[in-house]
Amino acid sequence: MDTLIQQIVSGLATGGIYGSLALALVMIYQATDVVNFAQGEMAMFSTYLAWTLLNAGLPYWVAFVATLAIAFVGGLLLERVLIRPVESAPVLTIVIVCIGLLVILNSMAGWIYSYIQKPFPSPFPSTPIRVGNIYFGAHSIGALGITLLVLLGLYVFFRFTTLGLAMRAAAQNPVSSRLCGIRVGWMLAVGWGLAALVGAVAGMMVAPVVFLDPNMMSGILIYAFASATLGGFTSPGGAVVGGLIVGVIENLVGTYVGFIGTELKLTVALALILIVLVVRPSGLFGRGAVHRV
Amino acid sequence: MLRRGFLLTLLLAFGLAATPAPAVAQTPGVTKTEIKVGNTNPYSGPASAYGTIGKAIGAYFKKVNDEGGINGRKINYVTYDDGYSPPKTVEMVRKLVEQDQVAVLFQTLGTPTNSAIHKYMNQQKVPHLFVATGATKWNDPKNFPWTMGWQPNYQTEGRIYATYILKNLPDAKIGILYQNDDYGKDYRKGLLDGLGDAAKKMVVLEQTYEVTDPTIDSQIVNLKNSGANIFYNVTIPKFAVQAIKKAHDIGWKPTHFLNNVSSSLGTVLKPAGLDASKGLITALYQKEITDPQWKNDKGYLEWVAWMKKYYPDGALDDQANAYGYLVAQTLVHVLKQCGNDLSRANIIKQAASIKDLSLPLLLPGIKINTSATDYAPIEQEQLAKFDGERWVLFGELYDAGKK
Amino acid sequence: MVAVVLMFTLTNFRLFQFTQVFIYAIALLGLNILTGFNGQISLGHGAFYAVGAYTTAIMIDQWSVPYGWTIPTAGLVCLVAGFLFGIPAIRLEGLYLALATFALALAVPQILKYFEHWTGGSQGIVLSKPQAPWGLALTPDQWLYLLSLAILVVLFALAANLLRGRAGRAIVAIRDNTLAAQSMGVNVALYKSLTFGLSAAYTGVAGALSAVTIAFVAPDSFDVFRSITFLIGIVIGGLASISGAILGALFIQFVPNWAQDISKAAPWAIYGVFLIVFMYAMPRGIAGTLRLAAGRWLRRRAEPPAAAAGSRR
Repeated sequence: MDTLIQQIVSGLATGGIYGSLALALVMIYQATDVVNFAQGEMAMFSTYLAWTLLNAGLPYWVAFVATLAIAFVGGLLLERVLIRPVESAPVLTIVIVCIGLLVILNSMAGWIYSYIQKPFPSPFPSTPIRVGNIYFGAHSIGALGITLLVLLGLYVFFRFTTLGLAMRAAAQNPVSSRLCGIRVGWMLAVGWGLAALVGAVAGMMVAPVVFLDPNMMSGILIYAFASATLGGFTSPGGAVVGGLIVGVIENLVGTYVGFIGTELKLTVALALILIVLVVRPSGLFGRGAVHRV
Repeated sequence: MLRRGFLLTLLLAFGLAATPAPAVAQTPGVTKTEIKVGNTNPYSGPASAYGTIGKAIGAYFKKVNDEGGINGRKINYVTYDDGYSPPKTVEMVRKLVEQDQVAVLFQTLGTPTNSAIHKYMNQQKVPHLFVATGATKWNDPKNFPWTMGWQPNYQTEGRIYATYILKNLPDAKIGILYQNDDYGKDYRKGLLDGLGDAAKKMVVLEQTYEVTDPTIDSQIVNLKNSGANIFYNVTIPKFAVQAIKKAHDIGWKPTHFLNNVSSSLGTVLKPAGLDASKGLITALYQKEITDPQWKNDKGYLEWVAWMKKYYPDGALDDQANAYGYLVAQTLVHVLKQCGNDLSRANIIKQAASIKDLSLPLLLPGIKINTSATDYAPIEQEQLAKFDGERWVLFGELYDAGKK
Repeated sequence: MVAVVLMFTLTNFRLFQFTQVFIYAIALLGLNILTGFNGQISLGHGAFYAVGAYTTAIMIDQWSVPYGWTIPTAGLVCLVAGFLFGIPAIRLEGLYLALATFALALAVPQILKYFEHWTGGSQGIVLSKPQAPWGLALTPDQWLYLLSLAILVVLFALAANLLRGRAGRAIVAIRDNTLAAQSMGVNVALYKSLTFGLSAAYTGVAGALSAVTIAFVAPDSFDVFRSITFLIGIVIGGLASISGAILGALFIQFVPNWAQDISKAAPWAIYGVFLIVFMYAMPRGIAGTLRLAAGRWLRRRAEPPAAAAGSRR
């Protein structure tokens, strides 16, 4: 019984990691209709910027907020400078541009910071919290908390602010939005900025666990895709929940299903994606897209 | 229109790339003033952390060149990125051998990448020296006389641990965590082979992980709950830190054997917590550069001076930079031993005739030896236990060559 | 043909590189049939490439089958595999299909490692490079070059034929407007699955050839970046274009090497810049852009000068 609970707890911890990056993925998709393959690398690069600030002596939370600001502006600029020229090109062209961005960010990070892994500090205490025989990592709980806070913040932003409303309008119906005076182009840019911000949070929460190196996000990106698929690409909350589910299932299957064991854990996550896609493409919490004929 | 465009494209491409076949010189890669040494390393991709080895080697060769070179010849070091992808390694190595015409291929990194070029190198009769992998297959002079490893292979290390366990921990219950690839499997095999029949009784649980996994917490939990009192930890540094830390956090205190690959004080034990790392056992053959006991050691100080002058971007707490330094020194020794005959045949002959070479960053007592039937340059290792501050060597120098 | 003549002037190493180009071209054509012509996005063709390669490797390694037979077999196996995968994929569109195929590509290395007994696990399988048959005075590299070229020509001709005919029109119609195609009587489900199968078969043959030419297969050779590289290849080369497959193949084979020559420190950054610049300059790929330019040039020639000046905006 203890093992079961501990595995679930561990699963929730890893799942929180997946969910936070999945959130960023879903955000960009909702705002711009593009799946940004470079999301993980943008998060990684933001985390390196945070590392630079921390190394320069800034206290943690100052560096944290500064990084968020830089990430936001960075994301915004990337959209305006990089994506704008191909906005009206076929979607695959945009995908290739995102891949180009991915490769550039990865390579630049390696060049500037080298490929050796670096430890990254956590704002939360490192001693685990013990409840009976179960151990909870303080950082995992804290990271999950921050992810949920971000989720809440996004919800409030989109529901109750004018800018949020304008962004939703721009994503859903660009033509009508323009007629209402909404600068659709800038809405896309803000969307990218926000997604970059969320990604930066994910990166800074993940780095203390997996260590900072240019390839830090590549493994997690895959699980983030699985989470977003499971939860639904149209639902930010779903993405986070999806992440938690993926984390837990992965651990339970690895522990209890003998012939799979730990050798096929990743395959399990992927099989999950496939099953969800076949049975319910829009995910657990997503809304199916209705196409006009 | 289609057919024409198609053919036109092909024609253009060939026109751009057609080069006459270069004549193969008598001593390829060697002129009166230089020796060409070829290498591939993963400078990008999942194994890019090891790319620093390729850079360190280049930095060492630069030092040698600055000091006059080898018997008057400078080393022309040509290294390409293979991204740890075997097809790319094949392409880059063919370029080195057939286009760049190197005298020797040196320290190509990775087991699958080297496997891909293993046959080719021996067919082409080019020295394939000191490959950067701990797999056992490189010590096979009968079938592959041109290929040679360098570091003590992983199976040997596993067997060292097994011998220790059999002698000192008879009611062992062993839990194994290993990376799901040939590095992990080789280490595992070494331990199991060394335990022999006792393996079945002693090993209570095995867990694997992939390099792409974010954490291995789940595996550690399972290992603890299996009741294991010995933890055989075959993980790369990133995961070794997690393993040590998690085991400590969940209150699991087994006899913890840590594989040599992750034995660095600076990159593994410190981030995991020096306290949590107390009692760890590993097998060493190099001087651990972040270990305070070597602070004033002559070899260490020489290495630091070299790093500062020739590889200032390199990390002073990354053991890989000491590894690169050591292998480069070994090659320079071999090339010097060749004298004026730098033909490929003589290079491999000299590589197979190293007698008692001791290098300043190897543990005292460890010597490099090769012969026509022994293509394993380093076969000695020593057990060490971490006391919270440094790796304390204990026991005797284990020599796999004597077995 | 010119290419054959050039075979005798190029070095073995260059021949090897161009053989890779041919192999990639076959794989890219396969992907293009599915994604360019039929509109089904696949990020997972590396999986079929791997299946083709391993089919060949296992047949040669375990049962000593002559490599010649393994190539069509690999194609057949992938045809079936692709078709089977295509069936549940019928319901998926755009992003979701991309994700499903992405998942497939990611699962492949782990599965290959799991079935160690057949696949040799992470160590892979080492093969021998074949000699030229029938006592031809060719080096192995020249022979493989010729073989790959021959297979390329045959497969390209087949594809061109198919796509120009009725089936081709149906395939393209499904891409352009599925509902309309359906209402015109095209069996969308069947065509989509068959196209998947055919596309997989092409890529599988390419994989088989790669196993023979590289003489080694390992799970590390078939990671997700392989699939992404294929996607890059067809988009850069030009979607829905047969000659685009060759252009794309040239790009993915040589541009990484050029990038390394330009910058040792951050070669992939240069590659990324290449990608972005290409996409800016030629959003429809090289072939697409050439086609547009050719079309414009032809149109200008066809119109009398005065009328052209007047009709231009």
